[in-house]
This record gives sequence, C-alpha cells and structure tokens, in this order.
Amino acid sequence: MSLVSREPMPPTAGAAEYAAGPLEYFALLKPRVMSLVVFTAFAGLLVAPARIHPVIAFASLLAIAVGAGAAGALNMWWDADIDAVMSRTRNRPVPLGLVQPREALFFGLTLALIAVLTLAVTANMVAAGLLAFTIFFYAVIYTMWLKRSTPQNIVIGGAAGALPPVVGYAAATGSVTLDSLALFAIIFVWTPPHFWALALVKSGDYARAGVPMMPNVKGGDRTRLEILAYTLLLVAVALAPWPLGVGGRLYAALAIAAGLAMVHFAWRVYRIREGAEANRAAMRLFGFSIVYLFLLFAALVAEHGLGLIARFGL
Amino acid sequence: MTEPDRRDGIKLTPQQLRNRRLRNIAIGVCIALLAILFYVVTIVKLGPGVMRPEP
Repeated sequence: MSLVSREPMPPTAGAAEYAAGPLEYFALLKPRVMSLVVFTAFAGLLVAPARIHPVIAFASLLAIAVGAGAAGALNMWWDADIDAVMSRTRNRPVPLGLVQPREALFFGLTLALIAVLTLAVTANMVAAGLLAFTIFFYAVIYTMWLKRSTPQNIVIGGAAGALPPVVGYAAATGSVTLDSLALFAIIFVWTPPHFWALALVKSGDYARAGVPMMPNVKGGDRTRLEILAYTLLLVAVALAPWPLGVGGRLYAALAIAAGLAMVHFAWRVYRIREGAEANRAAMRLFGFSIVYLFLLFAALVAEHGLGLIARFGL
Repeated sequence: MTEPDRRDGIKLTPQQLRNRRLRNIAIGVCIALLAILFYVVTIVKLGPGVMRPEP
C-alpha cells in the first residue's frame, strides 16, 4: 500500500486554490510591517536590563516576526473584500485571487500557533502570552471589530502595533515594566498622526471601502486638528525614556530634534488644507513619521547595542 | 441529470504544478530550519554542562 494518496482531489477544490507560490504566501505576512515590528522588538530586547543569549534573542525575534506575519495574514483573510476596492491594497494576494481566503486563514492560524509556542519555549510564558494577545488584538479587536465600526479604529488598534517592544522586553526579562510601557506609549501615540496623514490623501479609497476613517467621518479639519494634537503629545511622550534611563543623551537629542521636525510637518498639514499642496504636506508627514519612529528606536539600539551609555556616559 | 465524472480530478497547469513544488520546497526548508533552531536553543538552554559526564 502506498503512503502517497492517489485519490482524485475533492470536487469542491478549485484549480485557483493551487495558484500561489511561496512569494505570494510571504506577501501575506506584510513584510514591511514585519520589519518595523522586528526592529522595535529588537530595541525592547536591547533596553531590557537582563542579558539573554544571542541565540535565544534571535529565536525570540524570529518568533515575534512570524507572529506579526500571522496577524497580517489573518488581516488579509478578513479584509479581502475591502482590500479589493482600495488602490493601496488591491494587489494583495487574496484580492488578486492568487491565495484563497480559507488558505490565508489557515496559514495565519498555523503561523500564530507556531510563533507563540516557539516564544514560550525559547523565551518565557509572559512574552508568549503577550505575543498571543498582540495577534488576537490585531486580528480580532482591530481587524474584525474596530476597523469597520469607529473612526477611533487606528487609535485603539494602534495598541497592537505598539506591543512588539513590550514583547521583546518581556522575552529578556519575563516582565512588563514602566520602561517597556514607555516604548509602547511612543508607538501608540505615533499611530494616529501616521495613519491619519495617509487617510487624508486616501479618503476616497476608504470611503469606497466603507471604512470609517477619521477624515471620512469627522472631516479634514477635525482630522488635521487631531493630527496636530497627537503630534504634540507624541513629542512629549517620546521624551519619557530619557528620565526613565532607557534612553541616554543621544536619544534625548534625537527625540527633541526629530520631534520638532514632526511638529513642523504636522503644522503644515494643519495649515495647508486645499489642493495638491495639502496632499503633499500630508504625504510628507506620513513619510517623515516613519523616519521619526525609526530614528527614536535606532538611537535606543545604538546606545544600548553599542554600549554607548556605559562606555561614554552618554 | 447525471453528475460529471470527477475521477480525473482537477488538472493543474504547468505553472500551478511548479508553484506547488516551490511551496513544498519552502515548507520543507522552513521545517528543517525550525528543527535546527530548536536543537540549538535546547543546547543553549541546557548549557555547557550537557556535554560533561556526571562524576
């Protein structure tokens, strides 16, 4: 008796179910989002007072990356209908028909399980529990519930994107402290101006998809005011790691300089409200917000990773 | 009305066959890497004492 089944494929299976290659499945993981998650989790891991073996750190970051990818796949499974009508997302594998929604669902669930169990084995249960909560929060609370029901969707949902440094910190220490919560707060407050800047430009897309983003529900003026308010709050929150001792002088200098630039871009968005120049201002804020977050966490990585605090007293 | 004969199953195109082969290779590589990762993590967690015989 052969171990390999020669039975015909079930009649319910369509040829489209076998269309995707590994690259399409990799695209389900949202690689760009995953890279930011890995970077912020790495920063969380580095700023932790406990030292862990590099192999354990690598395995933990890998598990966090796969967990983030799993959340992305589950998001693409649920949102396939609205992804298909938005210009930014219509080329994703599920709306293109390269990956069937059911395949994306099981791919995401499988990866989520592997990621959480791997983190539990390599790091600890606190980190694994936090990763599981992050995936649940992004896939269920944000994607399935908040995204289509409230203009505060990305404000509350931003918690999912803000948790990776907390998970990284917990992987090293097995705990959640004020230090890691400060990093959480930065990404949490950064999320609204970042996404609303994009939503101002893509409001037509969101309207077509029926997603109640802030500009569609409250209008451009209210969105611009909230962007400015959140940016001012962000600049203050971003300074918190300095007095906490998580960030040194290099971090503080960067947080102030880049924070002033963020306020500049947010102010331009607030002032310029009409025409192509308004869209340009919004896209500049959107683009710079990514650089801003990268700079803050790169400063932490540099200070802790290169031992600048200990070596030079920075 | 008679049901269509499905004994031959679905005929995959050469591209679909190629993609299925690539998927299988990717899954195989991922499982192999996961096994190596778990092996190395186990050795690291057990520490250097794992190689020493008990007195």
